[in-house]
Amino acid sequence: MKQQYIHKALSLVVALMALSIGVKAQDNVYPAKAQTGKVYIKNATVHVGNGQVIPGATVAVENGKITGVGTGIATDGANVTIIDAAGKHLYPGLILSSSGMGLVETPTVRATTDIREIGDYNPSIRAIVAYNTDSKIINTVRSNGILLANIIPEGGTISGSSTVVQLDAWNWEDAAYHMDGGLHFRMPSLFSRPSRFGGFGRRGPGAEPEGDPVKRALEEIDQVKALLREAKAYAAKSSVAEPNLKLEAMRGLFDRSKKFYIHCDVVREILVAIDFAKEFGLDVVIVGGSESWQVADLLKLHKIPVIIDQMHELPTLSDDDIDQTYKIATQLQKAGVLFAINDSDSQHRGKNLPFNAGTAAAYGLTKEEALSAITLNAARILGISDRTGSIETGKDANIVISVGDILDMRTSIITHAFIQGRQIDLTDKHKQLNQRYMQKYGL
Amino acid sequence: MRKILLLWGLLCAVRAAAQPTFPLNGVADERDITYAFTHATVMRDGKTPLQDATLLVRKGRITAVGSQITIPADAVVMDCKGKYIYPSFIDLYADYGISGTQRSMGGFNWNAPPQLNSNQKGAFGWNQAIRTDVEAARMFNVDESRARSLREIGFGTVLTHHKDGIARGSGVLVTLADQKENLVILKEKASAHYSFNKGSSQQSYPGSMMGVISLLRQTYIDAAWYRNNPSAEGVNITLQTWNALQGLPQIFEAGDKWNAIRADRIGDEFGVQYIIKAGGNEYQRISDMRASKAAFILPLSYPATMDVDDPNDARFVSLADMKHWELAPTNPAAFEQAGIPFTFTTADLRDSRSFMTGLRKALEHGLSDAAAIDALTSVPAKLLGVYDQVGSIDPGKHANFIVTTGPVFQEGTQILQNWVQGIKYGVKEDAWLDIKGSYALNINSPKGNMTYTVDVKSGNAASVIGKDTLTARFSHDGRMVRLSFAPEKKARGQYRLSGVSNGTDWNGYGEDSAGNKLTWTAAIQTAAVAKSDSVKKKTAGRLGKVNYPFLPYGWTDKPVAQDMLIRNATVWTSDAQGKLENADVLVKNGKIAQVGKGLSDPTAKVIDGTGKHVTAGLIDEHSHIAASSINEGGQTVTSEVRIADNLNPDDINIYRQLSGGVTTSHILHGSANTIGGQTQLIKLRWGANDEDLKFAGAPGFIKFALGENVKRSSSSQGNPRFPDSRMGVEQVLTDAFQRAKRYESSLKQAAAAAQTAKKGTVVDPFRTVRRDLELDALVEIMNRQRFITCHSYVQSEINAAMKVGDRMGFTFNTFTHILEGYKVADKMKAHGAAASTFSDWWAYKMEVEHAIPYNATIMHKVGLNVAINSDDAEMARRLNQEAAKSVKYGGMSEVDALNMVTINPAKMLHVDDKVGSIRAGKDADLVIWSDHPLSIYAKAEQTVVDGVVYFDRQKDAEMRRQITMERNRLIQKMSGEKRAGGPVVPATPSYQLLYNCGEHFHSHGLLAIDLD
Repeated sequence: MKQQYIHKALSLVVALMALSIGVKAQDNVYPAKAQTGKVYIKNATVHVGNGQVIPGATVAVENGKITGVGTGIATDGANVTIIDAAGKHLYPGLILSSSGMGLVETPTVRATTDIREIGDYNPSIRAIVAYNTDSKIINTVRSNGILLANIIPEGGTISGSSTVVQLDAWNWEDAAYHMDGGLHFRMPSLFSRPSRFGGFGRRGPGAEPEGDPVKRALEEIDQVKALLREAKAYAAKSSVAEPNLKLEAMRGLFDRSKKFYIHCDVVREILVAIDFAKEFGLDVVIVGGSESWQVADLLKLHKIPVIIDQMHELPTLSDDDIDQTYKIATQLQKAGVLFAINDSDSQHRGKNLPFNAGTAAAYGLTKEEALSAITLNAARILGISDRTGSIETGKDANIVISVGDILDMRTSIITHAFIQGRQIDLTDKHKQLNQRYMQKYGL
Repeated sequence: MRKILLLWGLLCAVRAAAQPTFPLNGVADERDITYAFTHATVMRDGKTPLQDATLLVRKGRITAVGSQITIPADAVVMDCKGKYIYPSFIDLYADYGISGTQRSMGGFNWNAPPQLNSNQKGAFGWNQAIRTDVEAARMFNVDESRARSLREIGFGTVLTHHKDGIARGSGVLVTLADQKENLVILKEKASAHYSFNKGSSQQSYPGSMMGVISLLRQTYIDAAWYRNNPSAEGVNITLQTWNALQGLPQIFEAGDKWNAIRADRIGDEFGVQYIIKAGGNEYQRISDMRASKAAFILPLSYPATMDVDDPNDARFVSLADMKHWELAPTNPAAFEQAGIPFTFTTADLRDSRSFMTGLRKALEHGLSDAAAIDALTSVPAKLLGVYDQVGSIDPGKHANFIVTTGPVFQEGTQILQNWVQGIKYGVKEDAWLDIKGSYALNINSPKGNMTYTVDVKSGNAASVIGKDTLTARFSHDGRMVRLSFAPEKKARGQYRLSGVSNGTDWNGYGEDSAGNKLTWTAAIQTAAVAKSDSVKKKTAGRLGKVNYPFLPYGWTDKPVAQDMLIRNATVWTSDAQGKLENADVLVKNGKIAQVGKGLSDPTAKVIDGTGKHVTAGLIDEHSHIAASSINEGGQTVTSEVRIADNLNPDDINIYRQLSGGVTTSHILHGSANTIGGQTQLIKLRWGANDEDLKFAGAPGFIKFALGENVKRSSSSQGNPRFPDSRMGVEQVLTDAFQRAKRYESSLKQAAAAAQTAKKGTVVDPFRTVRRDLELDALVEIMNRQRFITCHSYVQSEINAAMKVGDRMGFTFNTFTHILEGYKVADKMKAHGAAASTFSDWWAYKMEVEHAIPYNATIMHKVGLNVAINSDDAEMARRLNQEAAKSVKYGGMSEVDALNMVTINPAKMLHVDDKVGSIRAGKDADLVIWSDHPLSIYAKAEQTVVDGVVYFDRQKDAEMRRQITMERNRLIQKMSGEKRAGGPVVPATPSYQLLYNCGEHFHSHGLLAIDLD
């Protein structure tokens, strides 16, 4: 998802079409009202999210929180809703760790994208303020069981802050689940891209300036370090007469109240990321990490987690194991690295998250480990595991019920979903259009 | 004698040859002198040495050669004892003396503004890259500095041409003499040249490999038609000159093994045998090279050793690149062993001085000396038909030869002189004489005479022996000699001597340390005994094997079909039998022999299928793998281009997709234009060549496209190319078929007219009607000999396209993508179209805002034949899972869902009589799955095409170990060369070029470069 938003050629006509097409669909899918009374989900196979599976269990929900999980929970009382989930599977709401949802509606239509800002260093940029709760994408994603997403800005070197949102809201303030939880640094590439290609169809990814690109990237990284040093000094000041927007936005990095997400892939870049964590004491998370398996031990040593951005990717080199990308998760798991699985595929817009995890399960993880990578471990990495990520008493009732194994598209059919105890409407634009044409054909 | 030799060397540089028509500024200086080279080892044709032979040269020609030659009394005699004389070398692929360099060609650029017409002014053809009017002879200028550098490595004659464009006009054969152009041209029009690169032409068409091939094919056709002077065409100088060039040797710059095959195929179609300029990787497909029956011009440049000491750098260098680094020097030997005629060129060398190094490397890697010398002399001369003039040392030929100190390829041998057209050019004349030995030095100083012995070890090393043995500073360049030394050990002063050398007899002037002037003489006493020629021929040592394809996971032993009996599996027949539990499948001779229970066969290999599932091999209706270009976007209608012309079997994705159970892929043209190119159905026969990848007997298809891509919505610079709206797209379709109808009827008329004129004879309507490859394909569509698969999204465009088809009498066989097919499924059914779609892609562009994952199910329920395709090299590995999504979203039955990637696409592609289901008699294209084939947990354990197991997960695991070992071996080898002091270049990551039809935004991996 790196280049798609830079298409510049857009006519106003196309932009207006975007608006007119979407007007009708989904507008009658309302955000759910706050939970009242008690909800008991009975007879479910509960996948806790921490590796544990409890067959035939009941989950009790009250005031938006999980109040009980297990067998032998009484389900009587007044104002009680009972859902019989016999034969079904119950999961924590799935978490998309890195997404442009709500910032990008149609990637090729510039008027519908709000994900990149001008400038290389934009720490004060906040994704949340542009997050569009009325995006038609959102409902199609949550109807696959994804209930939370980390909405991140792209562009530049320091892109700005991301916010975790819950996917059932009237406006972005309602949506915000963990506001401005992390700052995003897109590391300049530390391996040389081709500067010029000759022959047929061999267009490189844009003309590069002269000189060693790796050296240039290292210089750029030095600039980021310089910025961090100044931000750290700024954060140490007892009082600031005239606040600096950029440095102010970086304040939280140094008391680790804000994560430092470093988007990078190759080993050299990951080593630099580790160096950032060490030098500045930052709470670093690696996003991307397609080569992270090569240095899994070091990541474990430095307790740096990884968000595997895209499982469904081709191996780096023709020499690589043909399933290398599918087994990164297993390699990190074996090394003891904390990781989450994401779905950054812009062709599906994130709704295949459970199947990315399913692929990891097919190639070495246990199903429960794979589940953790899109629930509890994702929550840990995003800093929200105190509230969500698992089916445990005291946490927010972010719950999904599926007919079968949620990780396998053959059986992953979502029947119910709750966000903070509110049972959400699983209708989406796709279902509406499906109904419309089933009607046309009398099917 | 020596005096003459050296003086004449100076003279010839200033003496200009007289030309009768040119006025003379001075006095006439005609000389009729014979040169006699005596006692030489003359390598007459490069191979047969004439020992102690004499060579006579007069007026630029060889007049006699042999051992019993009478030396004319007036000859200038040169004693060549110990010297070798070879015919000088010939390079057929030079651009010597031609200015203007070739620009490399980019692919189709979605964002750039097109140049639709030629910028060449005048009565020329329509395409700027067809430059048959170019005559190298008219552009040629003698360039002494480049001539010298070529002479220094032994060349005397080169064929030079303007390396710009697809057809490049004529080449001129010239010598490397520093004379007026008029005199050095041996043949004004010696060759015609072609390439796959449009060079400086910025005209949009052709923008792809297949476009170039089509342009060449159409030009052959047009030129033949033009011979009859069609009045409609007027004067077309391009076609005129094209025709005029046909009688010459035709040289095609291919530059790569697959390109060589492509070029040869064009030649075969039009009765032309090209001489092919190679790229250096042809050893990887040497039997295909032999089959071309072409002669080859080989470069001697090899990949540089990479600095792989940093494992972070080595990580991104592919095994194939490292293997090629190791094996590239075996290329000439491979040609020799295969019996393919070849010659060498310096064209690809960055520095011509590396020519001999490259050649010696080839010799170390198995090339024979005899073949090497032929390749540089007689072979190129014969290829050009000028062997009567150059290429050997025979009377009557040009006096183009080199004099060397020994066998020319031997390490340490020096080229002394290079004679071109009877004119001597010194190369390294100071090596003519061996000055090594012991000299008596007499110094005549005011203090008296002193004598020393000087022991000369080489041209720049000597020691002086007086009372002590003194180290001297010494230099001797053949003409001047300098020597300085202290008179005795620990003495402060120095003798500084400077003199003139007459070989081994020197005299001169000098000063001693006190500043006293002195004179000196030295003469050789005893020459050093020459060491015996025991130069050991170096050999290359252990080398890796060529595998097929030249990629990791390629095979060295060709896999063959095996009879097999899969027992007790769940068999998804994709046929009337549905899903069979505990069933057997028997494969014999590459075909499915039997399906049922309790089968047995005495010879077939039994595979226990217990707990496993067997399906037909998956068929991907929409793929862009295994091709060198995908989009010919240069024009709105390009039905003449063919994916088949540029298949690329060296695509790792063939293997990766086999691992996902795919056995047949439909390789489509892209969506850059409304009427795109002809597609190619392939079977994933890993390791096969391009021809054998093709699905034999499958009917032809063509790609059409509608909507955003063809109206170039993503262009940042506007779109001047028609169409710019869906309204225009509809007109493009209508117009194209209207033209095709008119074309077809004029062909019929022409045939009928010819028939009445001359009864009973076979008539060729193309004598009067210009054959048009573009319209041919459209006529085939109307006659149901070719089928359409049409990239499409929104209902309006789908509906409009079908209406054009209904009106013009053709059918849209398949709509591909078809993400709004669910809105017009009833109309599609009425039209007779099938649908091949994505399971759940949407919202990646404006025209897919209404895409829904229920699309396949609705279309299926309405009664369309529906397939799920990939259009994506990664997703094609999970095509079964994509099919499964219709179970999830639409509630489709599992059998129906699986059919969407097996029998349904087979029907769509009209190959359901051969593949797509498990039924006796069909091709044994099978997948054995570890689990339910619609489950995300299912893995293909074995994938079988035509009864050949091309993917086996167990074997794959073993190959991974081998790949790791081989990588390590080559990294160590490269590091070893670096440690040994060899030159290295920074490690270059091995990028993977991936094609798609412009729909992709997601990442394909770190090294992937997505191309349209």
